[in-house]
Amino acid sequence: MAGSDFSSADLLAFAGAVASGAVRVVDLTQTLAPEFPVIVLPPEFGQAAPFRVEEISRYDERGPGWYWNNFTMSEHTGTHFDAPIHWITGRDLPDASVDTIPPANFVAPACVIDVSRQCAEDADFTLNVAHLLAWEKEHGEIPKRSWVLLRTDWSKLPGRAYANMKEDGAHTPGPSPEAMKWLVEARDVHGFGTETIGTDHGQAFHFNPPHPAHRYIHGAGKYGLQCLCNLDQLPPKGAIIFSAPLKIRQGSGSPLRVLALVADE
Amino acid sequence: MTEPLVRPKRKDPLKRTRLPLSPPGARSRTALGLATAAAQGRFMLQVCQDCAKTIYPPRDACPGCFAPAPPFCDVPDGGVLLAVTTIRTSTDAYYRERMPWRVGTVRLDCGPSVVAHVHGDCAEGDRVAMSLKLDRSGQAAAFALPARETPDMADDKQLREMTCDPKFRRALVTDGRTAVGQACAKALSEAGCTIVFVGIADAWKPFPGEEALRKTANVEIVPLDLTNSESVGDLAADIGGRVDIVVNTAEHVRPGGIMARKGLVVAREEMDVRYFGLMRLAQAFGPALRFRGADGVNSAAAFVNFLFVHALANWPEFGAYSATEAACLSASHSLRAELRPGGVKFINIFHGPLETEWFQPLPPPKVAPSALARSAVDALKRGLEDVFVGDIAQDIRERFLADPKTLEREL
Repeated sequence: MAGSDFSSADLLAFAGAVASGAVRVVDLTQTLAPEFPVIVLPPEFGQAAPFRVEEISRYDERGPGWYWNNFTMSEHTGTHFDAPIHWITGRDLPDASVDTIPPANFVAPACVIDVSRQCAEDADFTLNVAHLLAWEKEHGEIPKRSWVLLRTDWSKLPGRAYANMKEDGAHTPGPSPEAMKWLVEARDVHGFGTETIGTDHGQAFHFNPPHPAHRYIHGAGKYGLQCLCNLDQLPPKGAIIFSAPLKIRQGSGSPLRVLALVADE
Repeated sequence: MTEPLVRPKRKDPLKRTRLPLSPPGARSRTALGLATAAAQGRFMLQVCQDCAKTIYPPRDACPGCFAPAPPFCDVPDGGVLLAVTTIRTSTDAYYRERMPWRVGTVRLDCGPSVVAHVHGDCAEGDRVAMSLKLDRSGQAAAFALPARETPDMADDKQLREMTCDPKFRRALVTDGRTAVGQACAKALSEAGCTIVFVGIADAWKPFPGEEALRKTANVEIVPLDLTNSESVGDLAADIGGRVDIVVNTAEHVRPGGIMARKGLVVAREEMDVRYFGLMRLAQAFGPALRFRGADGVNSAAAFVNFLFVHALANWPEFGAYSATEAACLSASHSLRAELRPGGVKFINIFHGPLETEWFQPLPPPKVAPSALARSAVDALKRGLEDVFVGDIAQDIRERFLADPKTLEREL
């Protein structure tokens, strides 16, 4: 990382580049709306609350000059951040909840793995180490402390196809256990982000070990992002991700605005 | 012969909607016993416990022997129509716009003679079946019906004023994901509803029975999530003026007492689906229902609500769920009063365990969703307010009426 050779003039130049459009700001966030799917667990488990809005007043008898709402949702509704404490493998790690994660970790570069072509043909597409090595052959090694974002174009699908719930569970793409273990151990990634409802494959309950994305990422104190969109507007390498969750005490995650900064070559 | 109803034309958008009026509604406290009977579809009059005289109209003491407070009892409903007349004008605003109106005197087999509203198929000298109906002010009205079913009997203009018959009306079934919702959609369609709107939440989640539901005649699937105020408001904005009967089939049955559970997530879901869902529906659809209470043949008629019978007395095995249902029961009483100025009935259908997934571990007797739906349609056709479906619901009701405290201890 740059140290003393990075000056406030550089920061100002960066701000100027954002203002001029030389640095593009790409919004990777889905709009929070009641109809947006949330993860569904078997009914005997506790369920994540979807996004809901209750109007407090709207220039009416409840408040003549102002409009505002109450909203409710779970920590894992809409485009959201997973903190390590979300998973049992990360429960004993230090600084593992959204309020204690060092704020510098909310800014990090990203590698975007494009598997949208494969996913268009196969909803059960599973990301393997071979896919990652093929990506590295083209774009160079995935640097340490990089987000790995899986571009599936899943965010472009309408609700039912997006959730793709069948009698045997969800059929949505995601990583294999080997790929997750490799990203965490061999590449020391910053975190893993997806366009689907969760970071894991739709059938990940049947993987061995189950839910490898959650298990490995959070077990290593790393982060998850899901329900992302607009990944097709990012370069394979070089985008900077700004992803600061709400500062919820002992929060396991949080809906958030995810922004990518892209300097077009 | 009753003239069969003709499917109403679409409303002339240039015409003002007539405001609903109520027939005279003042009654003595004692006379409310008739409304209690009418609400359940029973024919009850006071019977003196000392001299066995059947009493009408209601009295605070037996007019024969002066014994105080004669109780209301089920009595035989047969009688003879002694005389009938047609009223052609009235100073009462409600009846004035409904003239002509047939009334008559019926000598009941059980003793008294009563002045009653008379069905068009009853002629002087006929045997009649006397009934108590709830009129548009929510009060009991004596109504003489043909002793035997006649063709298109339910289409009688005067009778239809007292009932909520689904024929040619448009219904909204609020949750088509449930077995009860699907059974209601089918039953309402078969009962002659012009349209049965069926609400589906989270269209992205498939559900059993979806294909059959979509194929049911007159069913139109609409997006509706009772846990989402915006969704309920949006649907009311679209179809609120075209819904004459709301049937709330949303359910959230979960076992367990209150201490048996950890945290409030499930309790909140129960309250959100059931209690707040009912409130959202009432706020979004209630005002239009009440406004359209006199809007022609397909006027707004009823709000049907299913209730777990342990709303009356908590069953700790389903303790939190029972508490939610008790909240819904209380809300139903408020809504009944709020809808009454429109002449719109609020119908509570009480049931015990159902033949559905969340009651799976319980032994029979359980009520089939189709039986529950039939009861709802029957209640609409007869204009009832309180219906107890199945052995368990009836048993709990009887024990509750006998002594609520004893029932609490028994449960």
